[in-house]
Amino acid sequence: MKDLAVHFEGVGKKYRHFTLDDIHLELPTGSIMGFIGANGAGKSTTLRILMGLVHQDRGTVNVLGSDMPAQQAAAKRDIGFVSEDMRLYKSATLAWHMGFIRSIYPSWDEAYAASLAKRFDLKPQQKIKGLSHGQRVKAALLLVLARRPRLLVLDEPTTGLDPVARQEILGGLMEVIADERRTVLFSSQNTLDIEQISDLITFIDRGRIVDSDDKETFLERWRRVRLEVPPGVVLPALPGIVGTAGSGRLTVVTTSSYDPATAAAYQSAGATVRAVDTMTLEEIFVANVQSRREGQAA
Amino acid sequence: MYLQIMEQIKQRIAVGDWPAGEEIPSIRQLAVALRVSVITVKRAYLELEREGVIVTQHGKGSRVADGASLSPRLWEEELAQHLGQAARLGALLGLTPDELETRLREAANRFMEDQS
Repeated sequence: MKDLAVHFEGVGKKYRHFTLDDIHLELPTGSIMGFIGANGAGKSTTLRILMGLVHQDRGTVNVLGSDMPAQQAAAKRDIGFVSEDMRLYKSATLAWHMGFIRSIYPSWDEAYAASLAKRFDLKPQQKIKGLSHGQRVKAALLLVLARRPRLLVLDEPTTGLDPVARQEILGGLMEVIADERRTVLFSSQNTLDIEQISDLITFIDRGRIVDSDDKETFLERWRRVRLEVPPGVVLPALPGIVGTAGSGRLTVVTTSSYDPATAAAYQSAGATVRAVDTMTLEEIFVANVQSRREGQAA
Repeated sequence: MYLQIMEQIKQRIAVGDWPAGEEIPSIRQLAVALRVSVITVKRAYLELEREGVIVTQHGKGSRVADGASLSPRLWEEELAQHLGQAARLGALLGLTPDELETRLREAANRFMEDQS
């Protein structure tokens, strides 16, 4: 049995204009999962179900051994959640918030909080209303990190941040999993952030999980193959082809399951393989979503 | 991305930061230090082990493999890779082997001039 920090099985939730459908998710303890999707794809809804803030209509959700939403009180002690509405009191200082969290959570680590404040360049005496967006995100992250929760869930922590603040946040997340009993799940529209620190990647689009795998496998199996196709040559239909584009003699094939046999098959069909290019996570995400949408439309 | 990590580790070994036999950081330690995912560093360590650059003992961590001529060999491999790339690009541009040779000689001369 794998040790799973988060386990979704067949989870669904119906709204009037949006349906989250048959979500399966497995997040092993000690890893970081990046959750990628466009606006309105269902990222926040999924994370809210995970937190027990929204109740699913169907399926089971287990977080750190507790069934959600039934046992959410037990689980929440060990989860740190940061979302866009950060629920900080504008007229209070960061120091006041730190004292507040410390009084609720016995696991609060004062020395770690102080070192985070220094590293994030935050002044505890400053009131929340005087902080920039980036500083507020860092403040909210500090408040959960210093509790040392076993599971950290972040809804778009890096959206709208400058590059320096983003790297500070990513560094903070990486430090969490220096301890292999701790786990991070974060959503983002920024594929670069996810590509940098995630072990596992899940794509969500229109309320469905489109693909989920470990990052290196993702990057390994997606390729763009640039082919020169002489007139009269018909390319073989290979499994895993998600798109074919190009004009004249040059054709670009995008595949989600590349291996050297792919190139060999094209060669023996009479085409010349000009190049086999790796793809960035962003390109993979876009190609993946587009091909699914076309498939649904057809 | 794991290729970049492999490259960095090889460079550290080549310049002597990490001598032969020296214990190197655990996968998790290096991932945190470099702010890249654990799985990427894991992959880099696996490949380096396969190439004989490092040795991993279960439960004991990894260390740089013993082998006196390690660094020249690493550079040899890298040179072979780059030459392969140059040959491929030359073919794309329709250069003959002689023309490619001329280009390489020019590049080498330029490098020598820059160094002096």
